[in-house]
Amino acid sequence: MKRFVWLAPTLYILFLMLPIYWLINMSFKTTNEILGSFTLWPNEFTVENYVKIFTDSTWYMGYVNSLTYVLINTVISVVVALPAAYAFSRYKFLGDKHLFFWLLTNRMAPPAVFALPFFQFYSAMELFDTHLAVALSHCLFNIPLAVWILEGFMSGVPKELDETAYIDGYSFWRFFVKIFIPAIAAGIGVAAFFCFMFSWVELLLAKTLTSVEAKPIAATMTRTVSTAGYELGLLSAAGTLTIIPGAFVIYFVRNYIAKGFALGRV
Amino acid sequence: MIEKVQNQKAWLMIMPVLLLVAFNAIIPLMTVVNYSVQETFGNNVFFWEGVRWFQDVLRSERFHASLLRQLIFTFLILGIEVPLGVAIALTMPHRGIGVSVCLVFMALPLLIPWNVVGAMWNIFALPDIGLLGRMINGLGISYNFTQQPISAWATVIAMDVWHWTSLVVLLCYAGLRAIPDAFYQAAKIDGASGWQVFRYIQLPKMKRVLTIAILLRLMDSFMVYTEPFVLTGGGPGNSTTFLSIDLVKVALGQFDLGPAASMSLIYFLVVLLLCWVFYTLMMRSEGQQ
Repeated sequence: MKRFVWLAPTLYILFLMLPIYWLINMSFKTTNEILGSFTLWPNEFTVENYVKIFTDSTWYMGYVNSLTYVLINTVISVVVALPAAYAFSRYKFLGDKHLFFWLLTNRMAPPAVFALPFFQFYSAMELFDTHLAVALSHCLFNIPLAVWILEGFMSGVPKELDETAYIDGYSFWRFFVKIFIPAIAAGIGVAAFFCFMFSWVELLLAKTLTSVEAKPIAATMTRTVSTAGYELGLLSAAGTLTIIPGAFVIYFVRNYIAKGFALGRV
Repeated sequence: MIEKVQNQKAWLMIMPVLLLVAFNAIIPLMTVVNYSVQETFGNNVFFWEGVRWFQDVLRSERFHASLLRQLIFTFLILGIEVPLGVAIALTMPHRGIGVSVCLVFMALPLLIPWNVVGAMWNIFALPDIGLLGRMINGLGISYNFTQQPISAWATVIAMDVWHWTSLVVLLCYAGLRAIPDAFYQAAKIDGASGWQVFRYIQLPKMKRVLTIAILLRLMDSFMVYTEPFVLTGGGPGNSTTFLSIDLVKVALGQFDLGPAASMSLIYFLVVLLLCWVFYTLMMRSEGQQ
């Protein structure tokens, strides 16, 4: 039985790759071929869809906009979550457990509930249609998640590390930056990965808070559906390109996951 | 557990998080509460309505139907994704190039924008141009997710399993990798069976990551909106209209601010209640160990 263990992950990956293959396949076809015939691979191979995306600034700026607010959001989320997670993992204070659960409740708030108030709020702040607005609104669900993950990693670091550093005469912030942050580098990597992921894939809020200047790629894509007839080839090409940034990010954090973490003491 | 010191200054360290989240959560939430008790006919004129909208929503059959669909959906996908994810994590390779290959390929669906996931499954499952649609119809099963509610449900579930099982896999795999080899050697010396190793070593060590995975899936499945909306638009009929889709229909489609706001709050409270029950149960069992 042991010899066939590899079958399960292999079949699973095949199942995952099938729809992605179909998307890539479509992206190299002409609209005529997509609608006219059923073929397992492109017969009239074309890169026209990709050329269109890379030459039209309303298309490629979508990618730039999305990446901009995702990166701003990831940096804000991790930076403010670090001291908070430290406080939760090391100190007891008035209302700590309730506060922690309250933070988590924000991860549970459905974006559909907040879409309209967010629109009014960010318009009133004159932040509507800026990258910052989307980045800040995504903090709603990413900060609680980052605190949660980092707290797990920090609870796994023995307290002796802190105490030895204080005896050696380190000030709190110097210890935090020089010793503690390198000790939980894996945790920061994993937290940043999840922040990137949930901000990159979110559309409802990103679409509500932008119109032209900061329009995300996912919103740009919807126009292939609304124009006369479906431009399925173009839609597929744009979709294929949205997979690439994510693939890069997972490639960089794969070792943190492969090394393992249990979140808390092992 | 780490012994924690009493220190009220910890509040200062949490301040930045509190400010950012409060800015984003409390103000919009109060706006929703404000709308939920008022009636408006436009022009920014509001009338006090009390709890009328809440009564309406709680009594409406439409809300009951989408809540029921939502609950069935959530329990189905949790029932499939959690055992499947744990099983895949257990069978994944431990060393060599296989680890990177598995991790990168498995994480791909997680990093695709949700409307792309919906669009991708749409063209994958269409009975005329989609690979899946062609294959199933080729097997002699009548399948058309734009017309048959059963096909639509099967497609929505398959899409969610495709999209999110990897989250459970990644977290569980990381949890498994953190178990020191000494544990396995000790189990081998004691002659523990495969099931015993899983039950008494692997499962307890995976507990925290598994809790996070299940909670995230529970929360997110309740918020699911974009993927089924792009795939089926909530149809055929209302058969795949989950809570979020219904809410957006009321809020933006009909622009009924009051009913939409009260529905939002009830919806939020349902998610909160479910997560609180699960969270408390997990924390209590952790305290017992």
